[in-house]
Amino acid sequence: MNTEVIIAGVPLKNPVMTASGTFGSGMEYSEFVDLNQLGAVVTKGVANVPWPGNPTPRVAEVYGGMLNAIGLQNPGIDVFLERDIPFLNQYDTKVIVNVCGRTVEDYVEVAERLGEEEAVAMLEINVSCPNVKEGAIAFGQNADALSHITREIKRHAKQPVIMKLSPNVTDIALLAKTAEEAGADALSLINTITGMKIDIHRRKFALANKTGGMSGPAIKPIAVRMVYQAAQAVKIPIIGMGGIANGEDAVEFLLAGASAVSVGAMNFVNPYTTVETVKGIERYMERYHVENVTDLIGAVS
Amino acid sequence: MKQKQTAHVLSQEEIAPDIYDMWIETSLAAQARPGQFLGVYPKDRSTLLPRPISICEVNAGADALRIVYRIAGAGTREFSVYRAGETIELLGPLGNGFPLEKGAGKKVFLMGGGIGIPPILELAKQLETDKAEKQIILGYRDSTLFLKDQFEQYGTVHVATEDGSAGTKGNVMDAIRENGLDAEMIFACGPMPMLRAVKKYAAERKAPAYISLEEHMACGVGACLGCVVKTKEIDHHSHVNNARICTDGPVFEAGDVEI
Repeated sequence: MNTEVIIAGVPLKNPVMTASGTFGSGMEYSEFVDLNQLGAVVTKGVANVPWPGNPTPRVAEVYGGMLNAIGLQNPGIDVFLERDIPFLNQYDTKVIVNVCGRTVEDYVEVAERLGEEEAVAMLEINVSCPNVKEGAIAFGQNADALSHITREIKRHAKQPVIMKLSPNVTDIALLAKTAEEAGADALSLINTITGMKIDIHRRKFALANKTGGMSGPAIKPIAVRMVYQAAQAVKIPIIGMGGIANGEDAVEFLLAGASAVSVGAMNFVNPYTTVETVKGIERYMERYHVENVTDLIGAVS
Repeated sequence: MKQKQTAHVLSQEEIAPDIYDMWIETSLAAQARPGQFLGVYPKDRSTLLPRPISICEVNAGADALRIVYRIAGAGTREFSVYRAGETIELLGPLGNGFPLEKGAGKKVFLMGGGIGIPPILELAKQLETDKAEKQIILGYRDSTLFLKDQFEQYGTVHVATEDGSAGTKGNVMDAIRENGLDAEMIFACGPMPMLRAVKKYAAERKAPAYISLEEHMACGVGACLGCVVKTKEIDHHSHVNNARICTDGPVFEAGDVEI
């Protein structure tokens, strides 16, 4: 059985990775999970300088999922390079660094700093966080802005570039195509869906930010649909995510057209979800006599 | 080492309206310290996130942990109907706990308010200081004084009730004033207004105070950055003025956090 997939020339031992922001830089979950067993670790978003994030409450539970408005709190690229990269370097897994910024220059600065790092296999560009006022989603909801930032980052990045797309758009296929035409090496989707929760007893917003990004099993059908639509529109590989809880969910994304998958909010529900997803994909392949996991990609009819 | 596991309920009873007392058989007891907490997962998959619930008592010899919690929503409502022998999903032990060594040999206040009372029990048990020096101050809504009897074996208990039906009428700070109490060091858990009052009192008296905070959490292990508190200085991990309550806390030196 062969579980290897190749994304933008980078071979992954299996198609399972972590969704940015749900796994820190792997350190916290390394107490539960052998990181060597993952296809890749995708880090929490990192900016050129430390970001304080949003006020609390930052998280709220909703039916079958959760809302978050962390606001991309991160220690900045200097600390990240000193602390997190050496930590991840100890493991036999690919490191994908999620990059966030307020301006195109911010993103480019981080991409350039990471260009020197051999341990970093790919960059994932967050143009889809719904929880910060400047940057992020503003680049991901408009085709011209997305095209511009993708081109700029591609001009400076040494590693392959994954553009992480927002589901908070009218036509995901259009944005997927835009990123591909601008030079993106791969796409990842979906980021969280903008939502809101109100505490009716206190008559207050559940989140200090009022709105937050929804994740968890409740959003999976939306994510599967969008991965399918994006896969129909582009030739570059897609990393699919949104509510993946086990191997069966992961296979559904592969069949929809994803070449790899990420486990996000379900890490909070079961810290072993990533490795269990790897095992679950293998069990599915055994059961249906699938020789290569790549045979599953887009194999829905 | 933190672990997610399926454990078994040993016993459960309602000890005050909507307040439940559960003993759980779990190997996590061997490493649990006062002030740490568990993430307890509802089995109903529409409610996904672990509920942070403080550890009330540890019986390491019997592999048993006790939690005392209030029904606050769907998750805790589900836990409240678990019976002896049923399974319970746990993540833990989480957080840093109270710094026992700092209180050793000191004259202390051990303060609990409302559902912040339970974690003070194991602290009162384990703190190595004379029984006469352990001044336990408990704040309740009314005369349903849950756990009070058990505190009495470890120190001198003073009670405040909001409705004045037992002890001092008012809150734990009123009980301190009314009884003319003082201490070299304070440990406290309770609602935010109480913790703010403790912080102010501690600053005025120049007595260190260790307070246990709570916040809405998702992962419970320091990865998601959902449960932060503002810090006075730049935090060593985040490199901004935010610390993670689940891993850097829940217990903080009051002067270190902006509450």
